[in-house]
Amino acid sequence: MSERHLIELQVNGEPHELLVEARETLVDVLRHRVGATGTHVACEHGICGACTVLIDGEPARSCLVLGVMADGHEIRTVESLADESGLNDLQEAFTACHSLQCGFCTPGMLMLAEGGIPHLEDTSREEVRELVSANLCRCTGYETIVDAVEQVAQQRRSEDPTVTEGASA
Amino acid sequence: MKPAPVSYHRASSVSDAVDLLTTLGEESKVIAGGQSLVPMMSFRLARPEHLVDITRIPGLDSIELADDELTIGALATHQAVLESPVVRHSAGHGLIARTMRHVGHLPIRTRGTVGGSIAHADGSAEWPLLAVLFGARVVAEGVAGEREVPAEELFFGLYTTCLEPDEIVTRVIFPPAKGATGFAEYGLRHGDFALAAAGVVLPSAVGATDARVVVSGAAPAPTRLPATEAAVAAGASDEALRQSVMADLDELEVDDDYQRDLVTGMVIKAVKEARTR
Amino acid sequence: MSEPKMSRDGAFIGASVRRREDPRLLTGAGRFVDDIELTGQLHAQFVRSKVAFGRILDVDLEATRATPGVVAAFAADDLVMAPIAALLDRPFEQFRPTEMPVLAHDTVRFIGEPIAIVVARTPYAAEDGVEAARVEYETFDAIVSTDAALAHGARRLHDGAPDNVFVDVSLFDTPGLDEAFERAAQVVEMTIDSGRQNALPLETRAALAEWDERESQLVLHTPTQVPHLVRTATAASIGVPERAVRVIVPDMGGGFGLKCVVGREEIAVAAAAKRVGKPVKWIEDRKDALTASFLAREQRYVARAAFAADGEFLAFECDVVCDMGAYSCYPFTAGIEPLMASGEMPGVYRLGAYRVRGRAVATNKAPTAPYRGVSRPQYVMLLEQIMDQAGRQLRMDPLDVRRRNLITEFPYTSINNITYDPGSYLESLDLCEQMVREEGWFERQAEARAQGRHIGIGFACFSERTGYGSSAFAARKMLVVPGFDISDIRMDLDGTVTVTSGTMSHGQSHETTMAQIVADGLQLDISRVKLHQGDTDRITYGFGTFASRSAVIGGSAVQLAARALGEDLLEIAAHLMETNLDNLELRDGSVHRRDTPDERLTFEEIARVAYLEAHRLPKGVSPGLHATASFDVTNDGTFSNATQAAVVELDPDTGAVKILRYFCVEDCGVAINPQVVEGQARGGIAQGIAGALFEEVTYDANGEPSCASFMDYCIPTAMEMPDIRLAHLETPCIYNETGAKGAGEGGTIGAVGTILGAVNNALEPTGTLLERTPITPRAVHAAMTGGTR
Repeated sequence: MSERHLIELQVNGEPHELLVEARETLVDVLRHRVGATGTHVACEHGICGACTVLIDGEPARSCLVLGVMADGHEIRTVESLADESGLNDLQEAFTACHSLQCGFCTPGMLMLAEGGIPHLEDTSREEVRELVSANLCRCTGYETIVDAVEQVAQQRRSEDPTVTEGASA
Repeated sequence: MKPAPVSYHRASSVSDAVDLLTTLGEESKVIAGGQSLVPMMSFRLARPEHLVDITRIPGLDSIELADDELTIGALATHQAVLESPVVRHSAGHGLIARTMRHVGHLPIRTRGTVGGSIAHADGSAEWPLLAVLFGARVVAEGVAGEREVPAEELFFGLYTTCLEPDEIVTRVIFPPAKGATGFAEYGLRHGDFALAAAGVVLPSAVGATDARVVVSGAAPAPTRLPATEAAVAAGASDEALRQSVMADLDELEVDDDYQRDLVTGMVIKAVKEARTR
Repeated sequence: MSEPKMSRDGAFIGASVRRREDPRLLTGAGRFVDDIELTGQLHAQFVRSKVAFGRILDVDLEATRATPGVVAAFAADDLVMAPIAALLDRPFEQFRPTEMPVLAHDTVRFIGEPIAIVVARTPYAAEDGVEAARVEYETFDAIVSTDAALAHGARRLHDGAPDNVFVDVSLFDTPGLDEAFERAAQVVEMTIDSGRQNALPLETRAALAEWDERESQLVLHTPTQVPHLVRTATAASIGVPERAVRVIVPDMGGGFGLKCVVGREEIAVAAAAKRVGKPVKWIEDRKDALTASFLAREQRYVARAAFAADGEFLAFECDVVCDMGAYSCYPFTAGIEPLMASGEMPGVYRLGAYRVRGRAVATNKAPTAPYRGVSRPQYVMLLEQIMDQAGRQLRMDPLDVRRRNLITEFPYTSINNITYDPGSYLESLDLCEQMVREEGWFERQAEARAQGRHIGIGFACFSERTGYGSSAFAARKMLVVPGFDISDIRMDLDGTVTVTSGTMSHGQSHETTMAQIVADGLQLDISRVKLHQGDTDRITYGFGTFASRSAVIGGSAVQLAARALGEDLLEIAAHLMETNLDNLELRDGSVHRRDTPDERLTFEEIARVAYLEAHRLPKGVSPGLHATASFDVTNDGTFSNATQAAVVELDPDTGAVKILRYFCVEDCGVAINPQVVEGQARGGIAQGIAGALFEEVTYDANGEPSCASFMDYCIPTAMEMPDIRLAHLETPCIYNETGAKGAGEGGTIGAVGTILGAVNNALEPTGTLLERTPITPRAVHAAMTGGTR
């Protein structure tokens, strides 16, 4: 049997103590040990972005991180976005703009946007397009995803105009 | 596509990591951001028996400017460099921050590290090219102690460096570019590894001969183009630049017409950017 | 982007109703096959062939079985599974029947072909077990091109196909064709090649099978577009009655045709689960999805077209060769691509004479499945390049050549014996050209050319037959004839409606659009309607979702079922309200009297009687509220149509093609949900652009595929995709209940030819014509530089 390690993960604010194989990727840990199956797996080599989650607030491909290396870190997944009052602004924009069809890439897209919007410098359409280009979608042709993220990025920026550190080269 | 069985070891300090690598032997591998190693493990193209995790080693992610030289810790991420005010505002290093936009995508840049990219030595990646362009010194620590390796001597070929198996890259020291800088690259898709890339430093003063031109896509590792450097120093026109790049590519025995034109196009673009800055 | 609205004129059909699928998919509450965990579940992976063509000498699974975590491993001889046979009812000279074994037992015919299934406690251990397997082969030279396959003396892949030809049909040899070529003012000759593509749903194939002893039934959770066909094939292969297999499709991450055929892996997983007595899950990994699933589109068209001096399209002759890979897919057979191309090629143009030969050839590559558009992207690309070239040769505006030949009067029976229902072929071209013109692109192109920049504008006019009914598939002589669909509807005690359809949405929003149809049909709020799909135990049979059939056929069945239920409600209400049917109408979830509109019975009140007070029902009316209806298309189907246009610029340094602007004028009849239709158009165009510029699987001389990762198979990202300006025309379908035509494939069908036309238009100053997709930057660069330097 492959070597195992006991790790602690904060997933969407809840602590989890987990026994994982050293070789086990974070996305497998999240899906099959934590039971947070909202995060999807579609390439397992870091290109498609379906498994994007936030690690300590930063978007990351959870298929490129070993679970054991995430020990002690805070993870946020798509399950954290909505609350009792309903969908968050990004989720609302995605449904309003028809930014999803089959929905398989959607959790990764949402977490990419959630973690990526604070890194945007001017929230221009081109900058948003570049952010969205991190992840693959096979259904929409991306235009409506860019629409939704652009809308929310500009809305959030207008509500909190603090520019990210390092912005404006 | 799941990695083969592996043992995991967490290093608490650089010397601890060196000890682990020495004890565990050749089938051990350093892991930091994992952005290149983990996918290779998932394809089972890489199957180390032991992983030595250096991400918990304190102090390896600093980005500092001293005496005009920029020192980037091995664990600094691409995104940290991109957003670092120190890098952005350093007159001689702005290109480094600008070039980070070309490194993968945000979720890769938040994890991938400078040291990892240098040690992985993908000939089409941005960091090896930048290191050679700036004449950087790569600091590595091993059983024999710490040493500085000039970037130009570090990269042997594709995925190959002169580092020993027990050596770990701890930081990279970038002297400032003395002249204006430019960078251009081309890949099929945005964020892909480049099919060709060029970095340029214009001469520090009129008549100076210290221009530098480094390209990827012409050899397994990033390569300086001496004839082109001379042409850039002489303020050559686009056409003259084209001819000098072709001469350099003849020397490097690049005979694919398309690849030659790609490299040439990127050099001209990078020079144009440098000249307009 | 159109503003979502609740309804148009109080109706749901025609309104951009918010998708009812979205809340769960946006919150991570969607449930895909890999999200289901069953107690005691095991994990499977496959030992796959490492050689493209060879004889298996030995399969040694000793080390596999000894691998920690491995529970069982089975090769072909260890599990009883009959091979899959996809058949056409055609004579041998047209069709050679062949079989696809579930696990290869004697011969292997492509790299990646499954040889053994390994079952383990974790997916990781399953892969360890696969690695430990040892297979010995006698290797033959791989056949990696249709030329090599057709060469005299080539080794045969299948004994049943001695010349490596699955299908060979020659059709429509119109008398007078040769004479037409002789008297033509211009003859255009063109050879178009299309690269092999992967439809690439983001969710890979998968299966989770469990033997349910209580029901004596195998439950197979699998993402398929065709649940009943999977049931039929699985039951036949593992030798159990149809009722002993229940196929359940949960949420599904795309299909695009790749999942409308039956894969061998899901059958092997079913058989393994039955054998080990535990649930077995298989999730195809991306490497296998890229190399060992189903591919498509590798075709060559060698064509000649005759034109009169005024641009009249006189005659057309074409030889189509399709590289179908190693096997014939179930149920469509290897005829899917050549029969579609041969039968439908004349498309939107009037044509005097037509002759075509279509062949499906066997090679040592992963087999093909229908992929969004099936051959139509390729023949539209061919025809549109021919129209452009005819314009060049005749010195006519290529759009006028199109106008000269577009079908304008309907119904129109074409040279290929297909009758086209009304469409807006000419109108869509005119509007599309106007959109390009009003944005000033023709002037901008002229200015750019004067500066030495390479900007090109391309157009494609096309139609898409949607809603193939039984007669259309029967005409292809398939032994399994898809066509009709059945819908089942019931109203519960509380007045809520559950409608079941044999179609299978996997991104197309049927939970929304089918509910819109029912809500309008019964005049109740959409929130009271729920669609059920993807469970073979809930409806007798259905053909699923492919070929843009769901709105046309499934939607009509749903509407008929809703109407039948509505009639039952009216009949009961008439009895309870003591009036006649003519005096009643459905409105706002109630049955209203026309003479005294305030007097009504709510559906809930009627349902209460139907279930809990059956003694009050009229004589002869059965308790409960339930109806079933079916729908089939008995004529040649209904044709959606569109014109697309693209503006591209070529980068002189790299040969990269940048799409500056994209236009689409489409007509799919009544759009049940305009936002969904737009989504289908945009997404379809994106896949067409992907095929035109980015994606290809090639094979080396040993039959090794070039793409095992997304580093090599380059799906475009948001940075490569243009924003698309869409406009709609509406020519309702006159044959079906909703007026809707299919909208699933048109985007893709037009985009490949549009892009190639734009690139060739940009290259006009160089005198080079590109005739192959994907259009690589290398090829463009070579064209721009004259190929040498």
